[in-house]
Amino acid sequence: MEWIRRQRYLIDFILSSLLRRKGKNFGLLLVYTLVVFMLASVMLFTHALKREVGNVLQASPEIILQRTEAGRHALIPADYLEKIGRLRGVTGRKGRLWGYFYDATVKANYTLMVADERELADTEVIVGSAIARARGVGPGDYLTFRSHDGIAYSFMIRELLDSDTELFSADLVLMSERAFRVSQGVTGGGYTDIVLSVSNPRELSKIAEKLTQRLPDTRPILKQEILRTYDAIFSWRQGILFVLLAGAIMAFVIFAWDKASGLSAEEKREIGILKAIGWETGDVLQMKFWEGAILSVTAFFTGYLLAYLHVFYASASLFEPVLKGWAVLYPAFRLAPVVDGLQIATLFFFTVFPYVVATIIPIWQASVTDPDAVMR
Amino acid sequence: MRISLQDVHKVFNQGRPNAYPAIRGVTLTIEPNQVTCLKGASGSGKSTLLSMIGCLSRPTSGRIHLGERMLSSLPERFLTDIRRHTFGFIFQQFNLISGLTVLENVLLPAYPLAPDFKQLKKSANALLERFGLQHKAQSPVQWLSGGEAQRVAICRALINDPQILIADEPTANLDTRLSHAFMGQIRQLREIGKTVLITSHDPVVFESPVVDRVIELCDGQVVEG
Ligand SMILES: Nc1ncnc2c1ncn2[C@@H]1O[C@H](COP(=O)(O)OP(=O)(O)OP(=O)(O)O)[C@@H](O)[C@H]1O
Ligand SMILES: [Mg+2]
Repeated sequence: MEWIRRQRYLIDFILSSLLRRKGKNFGLLLVYTLVVFMLASVMLFTHALKREVGNVLQASPEIILQRTEAGRHALIPADYLEKIGRLRGVTGRKGRLWGYFYDATVKANYTLMVADERELADTEVIVGSAIARARGVGPGDYLTFRSHDGIAYSFMIRELLDSDTELFSADLVLMSERAFRVSQGVTGGGYTDIVLSVSNPRELSKIAEKLTQRLPDTRPILKQEILRTYDAIFSWRQGILFVLLAGAIMAFVIFAWDKASGLSAEEKREIGILKAIGWETGDVLQMKFWEGAILSVTAFFTGYLLAYLHVFYASASLFEPVLKGWAVLYPAFRLAPVVDGLQIATLFFFTVFPYVVATIIPIWQASVTDPDAVMR
Repeated sequence: MRISLQDVHKVFNQGRPNAYPAIRGVTLTIEPNQVTCLKGASGSGKSTLLSMIGCLSRPTSGRIHLGERMLSSLPERFLTDIRRHTFGFIFQQFNLISGLTVLENVLLPAYPLAPDFKQLKKSANALLERFGLQHKAQSPVQWLSGGEAQRVAICRALINDPQILIADEPTANLDTRLSHAFMGQIRQLREIGKTVLITSHDPVVFESPVVDRVIELCDGQVVEG
């Protein structure tokens, strides 16, 4: 009880004490908040992105079968669907048609894809919202592509793709099989690849092995491998951001250290006064602990909250330049908010803890001086 | 509580070539409920003696008793405890913390003791009123005049209701009129039964009728008193 009351008195004192040097302390708070904000943004962003990619890939087929010619991806003839033959554990097989299309007007690559389940007429397409934004079109408008042989084809936009999945669908164009074959010159009846559904993941490697035996010119790609590749890509991007941040953190550390260790003559005098009028070394240290704690916890929570808003409500717009590389049409996605306890704890430990320690250590030196110093 | 010193020595930088004996064998007794003044030339050791009595520092040798307790043998923690319950300090430079208000400065010595807030505020306000400062309670201390600052320092020294008041050159920054006023305030304290110990080479102080006893120091030794 008395302990709590004493802490309240100390906090009271440190609050009015902090307000005395508004400019300096506010500046410190600002820089501190900014550092937490950047770090937390990167953490939240990559974490949520990984989750999102994971979710999407979870729904994707277990095996993708590609044919190779001279080691490169080539069209796979339709009869390969039969040649695969009966395989235990394979619950579905389907040929896919997709490709890329470079649109010179917006200088971007689209992904063209055949979507039978959408039952599109041959003159209709469904496009991702980034394309709609870039071309300034909407449902009902016409979109014209110049085909592989230079002929222009016009399609009516039936609808836009759901923006929930925008991360993956931003640059997607869905069309009918005939429209795809004609406009892209894939007339031979082959597919881009074949996807197989497998219900039991433990059978995957066995199936993959049999596939390579039966169709030696093909290469099965397992979902896990795709997941791993994505993981590597994200870690790499996160790495870049962290390197950039390291600079900011260093600056902050120097700033904090300077502030904390360069105890001004005035502060030393004040500690002397406090000691002379009856404060113990412990009281002074507790008071300073509260100073560090109040500053850093405020900065931490403000920074984290801002980062949360930035990532989940402003589409991490500050990171656009770094992350844009993976698609020219930057998706205006909305990531599902994910907050990870361990992540918060890590961030907290690396920002709050060092600061509090850095404020207390130099005070220790000052507060163990003799209280009679003020008499001189 | 009677304060008695027996053969107290204080050597600064002992054992080093610049060792300096500031107090050289002082024996004296300070009676309770009296105003005692330590006078002497600059450098005679007044402040040094005062800080040892007020538990701000320890003698190199000799004994200091506060009532029945022997201060010189107590560990640091107990010294702080005695200091904040028994002594109130008024310093030559006032030593107020600028940027804080008058009230906050007065409350400072009470914070580590964590008394009930309502009561603490009541006694602080009563003190400010007694010294004519109630209308200044919320002013930052750097706006105060010298006399007002001195009175704030007195209020701060009294907030924990100490038995003994220690004032080191309290009038050095005051003009004659304010010095007389200060002695008037000391009279008030004496009337409510406090023991007051002042160092000064200001005649306004040591010739004042309020002072019961004058002790003169010279080169760290008592010459008269
Ligand atoms: N920490 C210290 N280290 C070394 N010498 C000291 C220290 N403190 C005081 N002294 C010396 O001890 C002597 C007595 O100092 P003290 O402050 O007690 O004098 P004083 O009588 O209060 O003088 P004044 O009237 O000027 O305040 C002085 O010569 C001073 O230089
Ligand atoms: Mg002195």
